Amino acid sequence: MSLLEARGLSRSFGGLQAVAGLDLTVGRGEMLGLIGPNGAGKTTVFNLLAGFLVPDAGEILLDGRSIVGLAPHAICRLGLARTFQIVRPFRRMTVLENVRVGALARHPRASEALARARDVVAKVGLGPRERVPAGALTLADRKRLELARALATGPALLLLDEVMAGLNPTEIETIIGLVRSIHESGVSILLIEHNMRAVMALSQRIVVLSFGERIAEGAPVDIANHPKVVEAYLGEEYVRAAPA
Amino acid sequence: MTLVLQGIVSGLLFGGVYSLMAVGLTLIFGVMRVVNFAHGDMMVWGMYLAYVLATRAGVDPYVSFLVCAGALFALGLAVQRGLVDRIVDAPHEMQILLMLGVALVLENVALLAFGPEPTRVRSPLASATLWLGPVFVDVARLVTFLVAVALTTALWAFLFRTDLGRTIRAAADNTYGALVIGTDVRRVYAVAFGVGAACVGAAGALVSPILPFQPPTGLSLSVASFNIVIIGGMGSLLGAFVGGLLVSLAESLGAVFLKPSLKELFSFSLLIVILVFRPAGLFGRRSA
Amino acid sequence: MRWALAGGVVALLALPAVLSSYALTLFILIFFYGFLGQAWNIVGGYAGQLSAGHAAFVGVGGYTATMLSIELGLTPWVGMLVGGALAALLGAIIGYLGFRFGLRGFYFVLLTVAFAEICRVAVSNIDALGGPLGLYITFTGDPRQFQFQDGRVYYYIALALMLVATLTAWAIERRRFGVYLAAIREDEAAAEALGVNAFKYKMLAMVVSSFLTGLGGTFYAFYLFSLQPNTLFGIPLSVEIIIRPIVGGAGTLLGPILGSFILTPLAEVSRLYLGQGGHHGAHLIAYGVLLIAVVLFLPEGAYPRLRRALARRAGETR
Repeated sequence: MSLLEARGLSRSFGGLQAVAGLDLTVGRGEMLGLIGPNGAGKTTVFNLLAGFLVPDAGEILLDGRSIVGLAPHAICRLGLARTFQIVRPFRRMTVLENVRVGALARHPRASEALARARDVVAKVGLGPRERVPAGALTLADRKRLELARALATGPALLLLDEVMAGLNPTEIETIIGLVRSIHESGVSILLIEHNMRAVMALSQRIVVLSFGERIAEGAPVDIANHPKVVEAYLGEEYVRAAPA
Repeated sequence: MTLVLQGIVSGLLFGGVYSLMAVGLTLIFGVMRVVNFAHGDMMVWGMYLAYVLATRAGVDPYVSFLVCAGALFALGLAVQRGLVDRIVDAPHEMQILLMLGVALVLENVALLAFGPEPTRVRSPLASATLWLGPVFVDVARLVTFLVAVALTTALWAFLFRTDLGRTIRAAADNTYGALVIGTDVRRVYAVAFGVGAACVGAAGALVSPILPFQPPTGLSLSVASFNIVIIGGMGSLLGAFVGGLLVSLAESLGAVFLKPSLKELFSFSLLIVILVFRPAGLFGRRSA
Repeated sequence: MRWALAGGVVALLALPAVLSSYALTLFILIFFYGFLGQAWNIVGGYAGQLSAGHAAFVGVGGYTATMLSIELGLTPWVGMLVGGALAALLGAIIGYLGFRFGLRGFYFVLLTVAFAEICRVAVSNIDALGGPLGLYITFTGDPRQFQFQDGRVYYYIALALMLVATLTAWAIERRRFGVYLAAIREDEAAAEALGVNAFKYKMLAMVVSSFLTGLGGTFYAFYLFSLQPNTLFGIPLSVEIIIRPIVGGAGTLLGPILGSFILTPLAEVSRLYLGQGGHHGAHLIAYGVLLIAVVLFLPEGAYPRLRRALARRAGETR
């Protein structure tokens, strides 16, 4: 049984069909990349999976259990954590305090949660900046914080929403390493990314979305030259130009 | 039956003032996302100003309303420039507390200056009545209604037909975009707040002959304004206008059937119902 | 820091021995408003849900205990708890309507004000509850009726109330409840994504806050021997409740207490000098100006600023 299974997922806003009959599975221990041009519906999918939006139709099973209609906090406690595309740190709290909020999901005692938070903070490389107020961090550090916070909730599946956005190449390399090590520690990951280098390097499998529908799926190398993918990103004229 | 008809007519006529009041509030909110908690108290100041002009200078409120509008415009400008402007980026709670503070100051300075007793402004029109079929109409109420509608129309013309007005609407629609094209957003905010305050300045003067007022009236007027604006949709001018007529009608009919002291109960209960079931009102967009 | 606090408490316990009866009254008020402010702080400061209608809970608590005492002869010591429970029920209703239907910020403030005003007008119109003139409590001096000949007893009760509220806030602050409230205050959606049931915790904060505030209502009624709907449910009381924690520092443990120590004497002084002729508007003007000043210049309140200044001094002397 896969860890996450979404079947026939649909959601529209007014007249706009953002997600249309999408099927998506994430296997245990898998790292799945979700790509697609802007407006393809990727973040909407995340919002549906994490409970921030209710689907118009479709089913979502986490570990065989239906999570449609559950509140985000309940879904988090069942093992699905997410980060936000535009990071949302608790600005007036320190790095450690931020991560502790996440840790409390698994460790209700404040002191235990603090200890676990400390571990996670160290793991993402923010150890030296434990006591810095989140509002004072650089963007790259805020991204790490966002990751750490979600990780502290002890998820089975982590949804990463454009975690590389806005970072320079060096920072991207570091985050790639971090995501990989998180994956290696046993957390399944579903990541939305625009940075092709990161997606290709990390994903075991990629799903391509365009206008709310899945247009391609497969190993990174197959996706790179897939005519439908080229068409979606660059337009029809470029399909013929792509190497066979 | 005539009583009900009477209630309807009175309600609609008074609605003109409610509409003007609500339009002012929704303009301020629509442009800067600031909720003017001092709205009702500003209107009470409009009333007291009309009272002072009537008693000291013998000016009829149906003339002095322009002066009151001007004075409140200046007050709105000062409040915006001096206070609200400084906390544009602060969390919403701060803005609420700030306007609460302004409301406290306005209400209690009025209390200190004019005392707690209810007053009314004497106008020669106030005692004249007309018969319109089976119902009688206060001439004062009728004039108030006509002037209020005229002012609202003038405001509409300002916002939709002048450059400054269009700039204000643009800034309301998309502040960032307006900034990008070089709009002096601070000036726009100040004008918007000033105009919003001017609306209640005029409304206050217009209503001073027909509604007895005292400093605490500010709160009930604020609540009425919020009721209207939330029903009509925060930020929607048309919503505020229509809402003003509707709420006034509802209150007037309520007064026909209920004890007068329960009128406040009715308004507040209405507010709760609207708050719980709102989200965007009749015409407005979801916000804040 | 702990030693300073412990010392402070001991000093406060010993104080009545040296205070004049006027100073005693002042301290009673400081403690009482500090208590109400701390109770409010739990939902208004820690949870960040601005309520401007907390007077409703004072009123419900006070009227309940008084009516139970008058009609059933129930001792206010028990009536206090019943009043608190009813206030908590009202708090739960307001909380449910507000939090279930997503009323935030300005909308929530309006909701709380609306409820307080409804209570005020309703009680004013119910003759069984004394109508607009209110209720009066006959003086018997009987401790079982929550009446004491010696003002010092009131002093210790008020102090105890303030300490209870503060201990409650402290207990909340250091546990998961408090951390979750802080997260909700910062960013509710982000908190939800981390497993925080925002609705549940906001409701809890509201219920605890309103229960405590309700207890205060009984003290108020039996200390002043009278209740009027306009005083007990009115906006001026709600303002008195929130201004001390806001000035002192909302969301901090000592903020409401500091705020009360600063503002209560000031309010009394202004009442004495400016309150001539019954114009008690004057001190409310001062409150309004203070509110504006705090928002503009000291948004987190006096206590955090003070703490930083003291920490800096401590750092310098090292």
